[in-house]
Amino acid sequence: MPADASPFTTVIGLEVHVQLLTRTKLFCGCPTTFGAPANTQVCPVCLGLPGSLPVMNRRAFDLALRAALALDCTIAPFTKWDRKNYFYPDLPKGYQISQYDLPFSSDGSLEVVDPKGAFPPRRVGIIRVHLEEDAGKSMHDEAAGTADSRIDLNRAGTPLVEIVSQPDLRSPQEARAWLNELKLLLVYLGVSDCNMQEGSLRVDANVNLHVPRGDGSTAKTPIVEIKNMNSFRSVERALAYEAARQWEEWQRTGIEMGKAPKQTRGWDDAAGITRGQRHKEESSDYRYFPDPDLVPVTVAAEELAAIRAAMGEPPTRLRAALAEKWGIPAADAAVIVNQGRDVVAYYETVAGLVGEGKPAANWLQQDVLRTLNETGGTITDFPVGPAALADLIGRVGRGEFDTARGREIFAGLLTLGRAALPADVAAAVAALGITAVSDDELTDLVRGLLTANPKIVADVKGGKEQAAAGLIGQARKQNPNVNPGKVREVALTLIRAM
Amino acid sequence: MSLSATDVAKVGVLARLALSPTEVEAMARQLSSIVGFVSQLEELDTTRIEPLAHPLDTRNVFRDDVPQTCLTTNQALQSAPRHDGECFLVPAVLGETGAA
Repeated sequence: MPADASPFTTVIGLEVHVQLLTRTKLFCGCPTTFGAPANTQVCPVCLGLPGSLPVMNRRAFDLALRAALALDCTIAPFTKWDRKNYFYPDLPKGYQISQYDLPFSSDGSLEVVDPKGAFPPRRVGIIRVHLEEDAGKSMHDEAAGTADSRIDLNRAGTPLVEIVSQPDLRSPQEARAWLNELKLLLVYLGVSDCNMQEGSLRVDANVNLHVPRGDGSTAKTPIVEIKNMNSFRSVERALAYEAARQWEEWQRTGIEMGKAPKQTRGWDDAAGITRGQRHKEESSDYRYFPDPDLVPVTVAAEELAAIRAAMGEPPTRLRAALAEKWGIPAADAAVIVNQGRDVVAYYETVAGLVGEGKPAANWLQQDVLRTLNETGGTITDFPVGPAALADLIGRVGRGEFDTARGREIFAGLLTLGRAALPADVAAAVAALGITAVSDDELTDLVRGLLTANPKIVADVKGGKEQAAAGLIGQARKQNPNVNPGKVREVALTLIRAM
Repeated sequence: MSLSATDVAKVGVLARLALSPTEVEAMARQLSSIVGFVSQLEELDTTRIEPLAHPLDTRNVFRDDVPQTCLTTNQALQSAPRHDGECFLVPAVLGETGAA
């Protein structure tokens, strides 16, 4: 439905938990390695045993600062940690160490621009970014029908930043694109690997509808928080479902925000619906208070400068730099940068060897990335290395092969590479039985064709140069290795000399 | 300052305490007395006093991001009322998990 035709505006805010790329937990020296056997990365601190005391991980705090700076947040000169009290079996202390009234950063933003202009550029405010610990993992095998849940506390105490956006997003599509941009930024800056399958990035979404009334005022539907979305695609689908559900409910009940408590709903990906969960506890029910076990942290201006200096280039700047350096369109640079650092490195190697940016960008997008999309895998183990691709692009550019032939050779390179054979252009050409046609051979061939096709010769002489195209098919029939462009070029030269 | 039985019952639920009506009444009296004692602070003008985030003057206590030796699974589980040798066992938990 186009935005101007919709009878309501969808208002979306996101809460993103991101695991920081540290070796150890936030308050103890237990490793954070994913996939370790249950309860092998635990100690008295993260088990919440009496007498144990937390000590803050320097690296976690620095990475959190890096994330906040990248999101243009204001860094608080003074910050502290609070206890968020609730009971759950995966939370051994009975409280989570989090940040309440003095988070280390606030008031940032992150803009998302769709390279294809599917929605207008959207700058989304960041309310706050704070640093907290994760809970453990509880597993319940409903199929086995057992009465017990099993608790693995390896994850308990893992450092997370929680990023809370303003309700500035206006469609499920925008929300997904913004999450992609956020992930790209955090991965580029080495803050997190943002791997959703491993739980390094989790998203909750708040959504409601603003419905204009006839009198110029706006009705707002009750806010719903959606949980349990395990991919960005799920986020998009869940938001679309929820907006439609709220619209239907609004039309049926007319219940506005404030007339019903905030609701939490879980996304069921298989069923494609959200389901109501428990009513969210009011924040006062968490009985936050400053954690006496942790002393506050102050951040000096020099520290911030050092972190800024070590931060590396964010994707927005990299896109501009790439477009400028290689003279490629902004949309091409966006596609390349959005694929991550490894693809950028691959592209720059190819472009450097070719000595020209645009053909390298074309081949990368149309051939390399398309292949990766179809077959999966990463650029680092792509069967065609940058040197071979650059060689091929160079030869096509010099007219040794036409583009169609070039594609066949690219496919040949893929086959060789997949078979772990040396994948260079010469080998692919040999494997495909392609032999280069010498200039003499080509001239002889075209001369023969001109004799056999007096009408074409006459047409060209009469000014219809496009008639020469009629020779190409015949030339390829006689020798499939000829370059159509060259056939045309040689034919025109010969006819002019006649 | 006095706490109602409803206040105490709510705090009881949040603390996962099953309080009998007699206990609620006793707690209401005791808690009211504690809160009453603390509320003497309200007699003072604290407008120009910084909220105390921590009683110590110490700031910025960090450790390096270096792995330390963990407990063995057996050690970790040994005090648990119930376990299966790998995980802690608790009454069935359904629904969401992870940091809120």
